[in-house]
Amino acid sequence: MKKSHIIIIVIIAAAIGIIMTTAGDASTYVTFTDAYKMASQGNDESIHVVGELKKNASGEVIGILEGADKVSFSFLMIDENGKEQIVQYKEPMPADFTKSEKVVVIGKYVGEIFMAEKILLKCPSKYQEEGAPVRGA
Amino acid sequence: MHYWIGNVGHLCVLIAFVSSAVSFFSFFKASNALNPQAEGWRKNGIFSFYIHAIAVLGICITLFTILANHYFEYHYAYNHSDSKLPTHYLISTFWNGQEGSFLLWMFWQALLGIILIHTNKFWQAPVMTVFALVQAFLSSMILGVVLPVIELKIGSSPFILLREVMADAPIFKMQPEFVPKEGNGLNPLLQNYWMVIHPPTLFLGFATTLIPFAYCIAGLWQKKYREWVRPALPWALFSGAVLGLGILMGGYWAYETLNFGGYWNWDPVENAVYVPWLILVASIHTMITYKNSQTALKFSIILVISVFVLILYSTFLTRSGILGDASVHSFTDLGLSGQLLIYLLVFLLAGIILAAIRWKEIPSSEQEASVYSREFWIFLGVATLCMMGFQVLVPTSIPVWNKIVDIFGGNSNLAPPANQVEFYSKYQIWFAIGVGLLSAVGQYFWWKKIDKKELKKELQTPFLLALLLFALIISIGSVTNPVYMLLVLAGVLALVGNAKILINLLKSNPNLSGGAVTHIGVGMMLIGILFSAGYSRVVSINNTGLLYSREAGEEFNRDNLLLFLNETRTMADYEVEYLGPRLELRENNGFIDKYGVMLTDDRDYVVLTRDQQIDALKLKKGDTVRVYGENTYYEIQLRKEGKTYTLFPRAQVNPDMGGILSSPDIHRTAIADFYTYTSSIMRPDQEKEWSKVQELRAKVNEDFFANDFVSTVTNIVRVNEVPGIPLQTEDVAVKATIQVKGANQDNIAEPIFLIRNKLVGRVSSEIPELGIEFTLMNIHPETNDFTLGYKTRQKDWVVIKVLEKPMINILWIGTLVVMLGFSIAIYRRYREFMLMKSKGQEV
Repeated sequence: MKKSHIIIIVIIAAAIGIIMTTAGDASTYVTFTDAYKMASQGNDESIHVVGELKKNASGEVIGILEGADKVSFSFLMIDENGKEQIVQYKEPMPADFTKSEKVVVIGKYVGEIFMAEKILLKCPSKYQEEGAPVRGA
Repeated sequence: MHYWIGNVGHLCVLIAFVSSAVSFFSFFKASNALNPQAEGWRKNGIFSFYIHAIAVLGICITLFTILANHYFEYHYAYNHSDSKLPTHYLISTFWNGQEGSFLLWMFWQALLGIILIHTNKFWQAPVMTVFALVQAFLSSMILGVVLPVIELKIGSSPFILLREVMADAPIFKMQPEFVPKEGNGLNPLLQNYWMVIHPPTLFLGFATTLIPFAYCIAGLWQKKYREWVRPALPWALFSGAVLGLGILMGGYWAYETLNFGGYWNWDPVENAVYVPWLILVASIHTMITYKNSQTALKFSIILVISVFVLILYSTFLTRSGILGDASVHSFTDLGLSGQLLIYLLVFLLAGIILAAIRWKEIPSSEQEASVYSREFWIFLGVATLCMMGFQVLVPTSIPVWNKIVDIFGGNSNLAPPANQVEFYSKYQIWFAIGVGLLSAVGQYFWWKKIDKKELKKELQTPFLLALLLFALIISIGSVTNPVYMLLVLAGVLALVGNAKILINLLKSNPNLSGGAVTHIGVGMMLIGILFSAGYSRVVSINNTGLLYSREAGEEFNRDNLLLFLNETRTMADYEVEYLGPRLELRENNGFIDKYGVMLTDDRDYVVLTRDQQIDALKLKKGDTVRVYGENTYYEIQLRKEGKTYTLFPRAQVNPDMGGILSSPDIHRTAIADFYTYTSSIMRPDQEKEWSKVQELRAKVNEDFFANDFVSTVTNIVRVNEVPGIPLQTEDVAVKATIQVKGANQDNIAEPIFLIRNKLVGRVSSEIPELGIEFTLMNIHPETNDFTLGYKTRQKDWVVIKVLEKPMINILWIGTLVVMLGFSIAIYRRYREFMLMKSKGQEV
């Protein structure tokens, strides 16, 4: 066998390895119900949940509770299946949070509360090339 | 209303689109040398490309005029700027929106197109065909034309009016001519000098990747399979340098401005430019190999096409809204995803098909590369770079994969890894080790054909030196992680190995030293990245043993330092003290003490309540000054060995945004950066908790203690003016001046006692520095003294987090060295070209 063949085989193996590890390390988008099920089955992986903030009839965000020291807060989020859930975040409220049109929380259930490690926001009509990032977990 | 200027803009966009299409067609015709009218078509192509370039310039000038004159009837100006922004930030609002950044990209490409027209006539027609086609696609992105009948919108125009965007807003229904007084403004995080220079650099990098691609396509098309590499190579080098610089500037901006504590976060947006850059660097290597030994031509073709396609793919990822659920950056889909996809697919397919048709004709060497040949080692390096890119590309593309599965009726709920930094770092470090080792060893093969014995001899000295340096670094840096050790070794080997080659080259032929210099820089960068990221540590450890907050969690309580005003704490080897809140002056450089000013209704204007001196600038009590009202800076002093350093981390409380935006300040030392930001601040809207009022009697010029502070009433006078209260003729107002000795300075409180219609009013006066408030309770003329009341509260505070980033300067110096290396290489290739030109080749 020629050397170049060996190298090509190694490269192909590495590529397959990369795809496999990506699939293995990838998180998933789930609903709160599934996330709860996962947590109660002892699966402590962090997952993504997509949803919206709870709003009242006039469109104001409700259910935000700030910690006394303003360094943590919790909020009510409704996932794509309409399930409402208290989400706790141990960081100050990210900028533009209440204006967001869609929220993605990354984290897991601890008891009955969803503990977010990271929050991603999607804000309406404001493209910011590299704006408004949220501090990573 | 300034409609005409928008119409001029629209017209320019249309002209730009049509002229690029005409130019494409003309150059296409001219590319066929057998065409008897080729020369006429060529002139036509040049002419229309010039028209195109002028139109693009026209669009830029129009858009900038709208922004500079604050025509808020235009959506772009309203949405991205406001009238308070200084000129340099107005420039950055230009590319804040998607339309503007497309425009910036087009501008660079138009300029590069003109340079190419004039520098290389030999390749002009086919290369410009590709250029003009790309320009047509880009122009279509900002067309903003709705096709009749099928109601298809093409492009999003930067000249759209606000009322067209918000047609349903009640204000426009009642008042179609309504023009908002003020715009939305620019995100404060983007109000940074890096945002003025980073996007143009990055987009110049994007634009230059088109040049090697255009030469490659031209070469395949015109069957000049070998010749295209010569002109493509210097531009590929230029592109590699500029794109690399642009990416690093972005990282540096993130480091200086954002508070996630690093320069690289493995966000999809960052990955989307990182991957094409890696492949671009790989393609430079294969092209150089081809130039020297006629191998790797096919590989070069594949890589050069991939780079451009990856740039289009990255544009698609970041602008189509597909990353919406995957990135911390907010994106909005402008409805261009279809157009972007077509753009991507056209060039992807054109590249693949053209390469496939010509594949058999492309010359290739069947000779097997020996293990001791440079080709073999370069090939390994290139493969490593490609895999390095591939490893990032796959997870970044997860949202695309989900979409494709969706289209075929499936359901995929894969999400990117939850902890991106950890995920990517754990794999990328191995590729980085490979790159480091190969760039050390590969360079030896590069310069000499050597066999086993000679290699040993050549490598012996640098290897021993590297080992010595390696041992030194890991013991000083106490590196114990074996993987980190390997990376240090790889970095040191690359550095020392290439340094030896550089020394040899400087003696013989300094012109050829580009490669060695670049690889020295790479070695430094690897070491710098390892230490600054791998050994970044929190130094603001809570050493009081007290919990700040039960709710905030263990990490917050452990890793942050609560600083009360003027109370010294220790941190690492430093004494640290919070000196108070500051405001940044708009007209002059510098900060004024926020305690010494009175806020007004316009947050950008404050009135001084005492004299303040900022360097040479003297400000008097009562002066009104302009400040950046949205930002508060927290002056933190660090002291060590008799030296003091001052830091101004920034926090912005923005009730609209519902949060605090904090930006760090960095204390830089030779061996480490101390990266400092406010993790919690006192909120101005929060009620302060005061103690009960204590009363005492005092005489003028007699010391008394108010909450342990030595205080004296220095003066008591009748006044005719009370700030904020208009006095009537019968009113009597008396002001006491109380001097209170603080830690660093004397503070003044001036409570006022007011009698109106036999009723008493009291205006209290707070000394925020000390957290004490005085009230003039009563005056006793009979005993010639008065009653003072005072109450106290907790002193002002700020909570900071400080990260130490060791050896980060090695990273920055390394990047500069890499840029220097690129420049030397570009200069060398440019001289080659000029030499060819003077010989009459390729003119």
